[in-house]
Amino acid sequence: MLPSDGRPPSSGGAPGDRRVSGDRRATAGWATLGSNLVGSELLGSELKVLFGRRRTWAMLLALAAVPVLIAVVVRVSSAPGTPGRGPAFLDRVTQNGLFVGVTGLVVSIPLFLPLTVSVVAGDSIAGEGGLGTLRYLLVAPAGRVRLLLVKFAAALAFCVAATLAVAVPGAIVGVVLFPVGPVTLLSGDTIDVGASVLRLLLVAGYVTVSLVGLAAVGLFISTLTDVPVGSMAATIVLTVVSEVLDALPQVSWLHPWLFSHYWFGFADLLRQPVAWGSFGGNAWLQAGYVALFAALAYGRFASKDVLS
Amino acid sequence: MTAEGHSAELAIETKGLTKRFGHQVAVNGIDLAVPRGAVFGFLGPNGSGKTTTIRVLLGLAAATSGQARVLGQEMPRSLREVLPRVGALIEGPAFYPFLSGAANLHRLDTADRDAPSRTRAARVHLALERVGLTQAAGKKVRAYSLGMKQRLGIANALLAPRELLVLDEPTNGLDPQGTREVRALVRLLAAEGTTVFVSSHLLAEVEQMCTHAAVMSAGRLVAQGTLDDLRRSGTSRVQIRTPDSAAAQRVLAGLGLMAEKSDQAATADGLVTAVLAVHTGTQEESQESRHAPKPETIVAALVAAGVRVRGFAVLGSSLEERFVALTGEGFDVAQ
Repeated sequence: MLPSDGRPPSSGGAPGDRRVSGDRRATAGWATLGSNLVGSELLGSELKVLFGRRRTWAMLLALAAVPVLIAVVVRVSSAPGTPGRGPAFLDRVTQNGLFVGVTGLVVSIPLFLPLTVSVVAGDSIAGEGGLGTLRYLLVAPAGRVRLLLVKFAAALAFCVAATLAVAVPGAIVGVVLFPVGPVTLLSGDTIDVGASVLRLLLVAGYVTVSLVGLAAVGLFISTLTDVPVGSMAATIVLTVVSEVLDALPQVSWLHPWLFSHYWFGFADLLRQPVAWGSFGGNAWLQAGYVALFAALAYGRFASKDVLS
Repeated sequence: MTAEGHSAELAIETKGLTKRFGHQVAVNGIDLAVPRGAVFGFLGPNGSGKTTTIRVLLGLAAATSGQARVLGQEMPRSLREVLPRVGALIEGPAFYPFLSGAANLHRLDTADRDAPSRTRAARVHLALERVGLTQAAGKKVRAYSLGMKQRLGIANALLAPRELLVLDEPTNGLDPQGTREVRALVRLLAAEGTTVFVSSHLLAEVEQMCTHAAVMSAGRLVAQGTLDDLRRSGTSRVQIRTPDSAAAQRVLAGLGLMAEKSDQAATADGLVTAVLAVHTGTQEESQESRHAPKPETIVAALVAAGVRVRGFAVLGSSLEERFVALTGEGFDVAQ
């Protein structure tokens, strides 16, 4: 007789036993249907692997070092910040320490954040291919679509973690090294401390959303190869190309379609009242990139011969 | 359980299975028939298409043409139902080097939707125990030896009860002790009713653990059947160790046997070898063996002719000779 779960922890057994396990799948399966179809267990395992890796923590620590560096430099230097010089919002830091987080995001968004997201997204499928674990996941069977979804979800989780790795340590260091007072916004209005925490979270949310399209691009490129370094590098190169094109006025018609176009648009969130225009535009653009590249990744991966 | 009765007793069945990579034909219209309960040796030199066949069977690669049924169901269409009942080691083990052996198995087990999480820890523990890795369970795979990784790969195939085990070169990298253990494990699993499909380029391995075998050569299936069937067909030879090789060859020629080669390399004694009979397993061929002189007749004739016979042997056709005959000899990887 089989245990209630229908899977005794031993291999073998008469072929008749398996028919019972088929029934088990039909009945007890309902209990776990929700979690299993979405792959929450696999997602949990994926997140554990991702955030259990030393590489992930090295990247998050490097990101956290950016605002810390900024705060220390500003604090130690005797020269007062000159408005309009240095990274945006740098001059706000001395008014409200929380703005160290915002300044950190400003500094990290052009290269540092996309770099780390490219590493994670570019590694997603290609990394498994390179290790050879892809074939074992697929014969488990993980299901190709399910695996793609889990990989994308993990990449999104990393986008959140990466943004927070800049914003949270930035805010903490800022609070320690600088006064936390009312701060003047770009529109000239002054907001209190509570509101500035909210604005910081809003900016962090905006930056996270900004990286989602890139994560989808990286996921797609990752399905093209078994060499993770290749897909990571290609994703980073695309980021740079997108930013370079965005800086060339000759191709201004293309600018609204570039995934990096709204990356600096979060300044609108620091006005009173909040100008949601760029937030919405950014969200739609990123959603479009996700739809397009998720479809491409599916088209590629669903029928790909896994020979790694 | 199965749609068609005829394939119910076959664990693996392919019809004209072909896999092409560009112009290269890796698998060329093979018709495999692996009976349930068999320990099936899938033999062939490197590059003969064994691993590609396994990849197609397990849905990792799509067949260019032909059909494949695994456990009575069509692949890759029924992949979702079939694969949880199949344990596999494909082209060597592959693991996350930064995770421990046990963590690797946990990870791969979560990928199987049918594997209950409640029994996961127990199943991982048991699988590790079966391959003798309990001591190294907590060690990072990075620190594993090749043999330990191979064991972990087999443990992964045993995470759940399986109806079919597909083991691609399971003893690769194992020491003699490990090889024996794997053989014993395969026998044990087969005794429990699991069908085992073992690919190997090592004949001895297949001879020692398999009931059935198939031989691949350059993408084609050149022989298939029970091990006895395969053994029965082949060539038997007489081998004479003598310093008078020229005289011995004359005597053999008189008996209607053609000496193949005389090897007088190292010692004064030469080795004279001649084909005694060729069997191909079918009835008509045994005729030739009826015409062949009896071994004792050959010895008597040699002695009568004054040949100093220092050694005499009838070499039965080993599966190895058969294997070499079917797949060609030498280091040339089949193209």
